[in-house]
Amino acid sequence: MFGIDVRQKAWSAGLIVLFFLAWELFCLMTGMSDLVLPRPSQVFVTLVERFPVLWPHIVQTLATTMLGFVLGVALGVALGAIIGVSKTAYDTCYPLLIGFSSIPKVAVVPIFVLWFGSGTVPAVLTALSICFFPIVVNIATGLATTEPELEDVLKALGASKLDILWNVGLPRTMPFFFASLKVAISYAFVGAVLSETVASNRGIGNVMMTASSNFNVPLVFAGLFVLAGLGVALYVVFSLIEGQVTGWATRKNDAIAT
Amino acid sequence: MRMQPNDRFDGQPVPETAAATAIELSEASVTFGRGDRAVPALSKTTLKIADGEFVALVGPSGCGKSTILRLVSGLVQPTSGVVIVGGREVAARALRVGMAFQNPTMLPWMTIERNIMLPLKIVEPFRSSFRRLRKTEYRDKANALLEQVGLKGFGTRYPWQLSGGMLQRANLCRALIHEPRMLLLDEPFGALDQFTREELWAILQTLWMTHKPTVLLVTHDLREAGFLASRICVMSARPGRILDDSRVDFARPRTVAMTFEPDFVALNQKLRAFIEDARSTAQQGAG
Repeated sequence: MFGIDVRQKAWSAGLIVLFFLAWELFCLMTGMSDLVLPRPSQVFVTLVERFPVLWPHIVQTLATTMLGFVLGVALGVALGAIIGVSKTAYDTCYPLLIGFSSIPKVAVVPIFVLWFGSGTVPAVLTALSICFFPIVVNIATGLATTEPELEDVLKALGASKLDILWNVGLPRTMPFFFASLKVAISYAFVGAVLSETVASNRGIGNVMMTASSNFNVPLVFAGLFVLAGLGVALYVVFSLIEGQVTGWATRKNDAIAT
Repeated sequence: MRMQPNDRFDGQPVPETAAATAIELSEASVTFGRGDRAVPALSKTTLKIADGEFVALVGPSGCGKSTILRLVSGLVQPTSGVVIVGGREVAARALRVGMAFQNPTMLPWMTIERNIMLPLKIVEPFRSSFRRLRKTEYRDKANALLEQVGLKGFGTRYPWQLSGGMLQRANLCRALIHEPRMLLLDEPFGALDQFTREELWAILQTLWMTHKPTVLLVTHDLREAGFLASRICVMSARPGRILDDSRVDFARPRTVAMTFEPDFVALNQKLRAFIEDARSTAQQGAG
């Protein structure tokens, strides 16, 4: 088990290195201008040099993303629970939800700016609105598909609806929830950066906009690298939490139990 | 499913009769759905079970045996008639019932131990001290039961690490942990092989003889009914009603060998005849 795991990770790391190496070589061999596609080594140098300037923007983007994400999760879980518990609510709300979730979120940024001005608030709201739907849908589906037999076990004991939700519905929904969290955190990120790009004077999205209008292409790419890095980091954090909480669903806990 | 309003029984304790009655169905019927799509599941059924009795319900499949169990457990409300369990109408109850279904229905995210302790988390008087005692007294209780059914040391495993027979044993433990005065078993051994099943009969018999709960067992297996029950009710095809109600007086503890003796075989054949009759009547009715 362990050996395979390590080998798998080595392959993944190898692929990443290979990707950057190929990119570097491609630029060198074709003599590509760094105004079009800078070499990764240039990007890294820019990243390190400009890091003190980038740092507050990273913090800004991370903060808006997390705030939007946390609010989105809270709202999503609450709404998902209400919809999932009742079949009627599920059937009634679904079309409206699908309608809302189909709206491209780029289109709502100007509306948020119109309402709240440019800056942090629209970024948070965009992050919220974009990461909210996968959570609602997953929580609702998880609850709605809970096996009635599992619920009967508690019902026969005279358990209240809340008991059943707490002891069966929610734990049973956890794998769905975490699957949606991993999607949602990436979405929240996209939302925050999107809004920063359109209407903000802070954040990585804004840095990239400004850099590209100054033809500072390496800095644009440095921004991309930062975003990718943050995205991966957040994904990893939630994967680790997921493994702890819902190991039962993937049966990872063999070692603990035996 | 609609509750029939009934002034006389509305949650009030029923006066005690000479032999304490644990379960009483009077003219209880169940129909699922309404109007054109209504499916009668149980005809008006009257059944009285005394405290400490072990009653087996047998009959052709789909005849409403499980519906009776679900009525008694309160999972289904009677369409008409009254169901009284432990002196209270089921609708207004707070009773101690242990239940085990054909599927072991262990919650996959909990260890076996915690699954077994689940009733203690829900049912009073255990509920209020669950947080305090779950790591000590309650866990010991769960493990003592596991030992009784031959699963010593399996408490910390997860359900998927156990075989079907083991899960069903754990299921029995969960049905018993809160010391219910009443045990409702819905074909608990249906999915097991013959040998495991016979082994579990013996375990269940021992558990019943020590704790003396009232047991209502739904089963397809006539040998199982004869081995375990002190009384067997035969039901007709859907919508079910009770065709025959007879006592089983073989000495206890009963053994598997006894199930091949002439008296036992005769009982078996008698039950078989009833059920075959019910099945053929139903088929004629349908044709």
